[in-house]
Amino acid sequence: MTAARKQAILPHKNRPRGIMPDQTLPPPLLDVRGVTLQYKTRDHLVTATYRVDFTVQRSDRFILLGPSGCGKSTLLKAVGGYMAPTEGDIILKGTRVTRPGPDRMMVFQEFDQLLPWKTVLQNVMFALETSGRLRGKAARDRALHYIEKVHLTRFVDAYPHTLSGGMKQRVAIARGMAMEPDILLMDEPFAALDALTRRRMQDELLQLWDDTRFTVLFVTHSIPEAVKIGNRILLMSPHPGQVKAEWNSVARDADPALAIALEERIHSVLFADRVEEQEHV
Amino acid sequence: MSDYLLRPEVNRSIRGAEDFGIVEKALTPWERLYHLVWLRKTVLLIVLAAIWEIYGRYLDNPLLVPTFTETVTALFEGLRSGLIVDRAWTTLKVLMLGFSVGVFLAAVLTILAITTRVGTDFLETVTAMLSPLPAIALLPLALIWFGLGIGSLVFVMVHSVLWPLALNTNAGFRAVSSTLRMVGRNYGLSGLGLVLKILIPAAFPSILAGLKIGWAFAWRTLIAAELVFGVASGKGGLGWYIFESKNQLDIPEVFAGLLTIIVIGLVVENVIFRTIEQRTLRRWGMQN
Repeated sequence: MTAARKQAILPHKNRPRGIMPDQTLPPPLLDVRGVTLQYKTRDHLVTATYRVDFTVQRSDRFILLGPSGCGKSTLLKAVGGYMAPTEGDIILKGTRVTRPGPDRMMVFQEFDQLLPWKTVLQNVMFALETSGRLRGKAARDRALHYIEKVHLTRFVDAYPHTLSGGMKQRVAIARGMAMEPDILLMDEPFAALDALTRRRMQDELLQLWDDTRFTVLFVTHSIPEAVKIGNRILLMSPHPGQVKAEWNSVARDADPALAIALEERIHSVLFADRVEEQEHV
Repeated sequence: MSDYLLRPEVNRSIRGAEDFGIVEKALTPWERLYHLVWLRKTVLLIVLAAIWEIYGRYLDNPLLVPTFTETVTALFEGLRSGLIVDRAWTTLKVLMLGFSVGVFLAAVLTILAITTRVGTDFLETVTAMLSPLPAIALLPLALIWFGLGIGSLVFVMVHSVLWPLALNTNAGFRAVSSTLRMVGRNYGLSGLGLVLKILIPAAFPSILAGLKIGWAFAWRTLIAAELVFGVASGKGGLGWYIFESKNQLDIPEVFAGLLTIIVIGLVVENVIFRTIEQRTLRRWGMQN
């Protein structure tokens, strides 16, 4: 996958500001090349994705978007190092990904991703200390800094079971960000939240990005969420997952009508040959 | 034309709390007392003791059922002379030894089971084979292998602790969500590190349940084993005390021995295990 080829797919009105199509991009932070992923169930060999290519640049909010069964979560797990591609390579900062590591922090959809036997502060510190990033006071200070960023300072000593779903996800985000990984991998982190909380979390995530400009690879099946959160969106088709398109999202301060237009275009590409599916924010 | 009936909209003002009869009210002292678990249980125990006392007096045959007061008197006599304390201590020492060895072996087995495929198969097969075997049934064999002494007692106790604990712990490990495992691996943990830092705390409810069952099994097995070959270890325990008292027809002493076993059981369950539960599972929201 070359930069030139990727630029060619860009629709004209969505060209990123600042980078002209004929300019070459800096070397990517994450390079996914021709990745085919297969896993075995009890009696089937399932191909989750077929020869998927994409590259993520530093400070990208890169979205993997597609309907259920397009292998987007499996792809994220492969980037996380939990599963090896049967074909192709996943290269992070020039090194092949072979196993899980703290340079790629995962944020899961499930609320049980926090360790129930540790408080909010301990959960964040444990990640820092266990992975050997920081120890003692330094770990504590870093943890408190990020807990403050997700507005949970009042709850540092609370155990996870006393927190609401949204708060748990915030802790997970704080934990991921406190590790200051090369890339944050988020697997539908807001999917299990109610609509209002979900919208607030999306806004908070964007605020956090404004603060620290982290790189995030974000999996979702919600088109509005993809358009809102992402700056670049990979559209995938299901069974097995293949890349259908890679588009830029609209600017965050753009006219809402542009966002809606993009949502509709994405919808028509993803569900071109399907009965319309209900989507929610 | 619409299919539904058009009705006027309703808007209301919300009344302040002062307009309600009760928003929050303290419970009466009686209600609060009733909510105390220990108080309810104590009352139950007193009722049971009273029934025992009444039946004992009605029967009037201390060789069959001595009264509660006779039993308690015998117990205090035993405590004062130090005999029961001595016997109970002997039993507890052996119990601790057997329990610790059992826990250690269960840990080794389950860690092997969770880290290797063969270990899983081994644990499952061996547990299925040996778990239904009563510990006492192994006693004759134990006596041949280890002779009369602590060795045999520890052997049968290990047998009764090991399987239920290993089974529970293994089930607990398997029930740990794949998300938590992935979180652990995300921090770079694997193998023993993952077991110690993620799996053991996450499976702690099952492990604690296994420890409780193991403790109860060990305690029963030990008393039964002591009754069978009594004073063999040089100095008898509670089982031997009961056996000896029976031989001398000191039935209140037999009951006193049984009472001691009950009391120790209650203390371990309600003080030790309860405290561990409150400091861990309840605080972590793993148990209500």
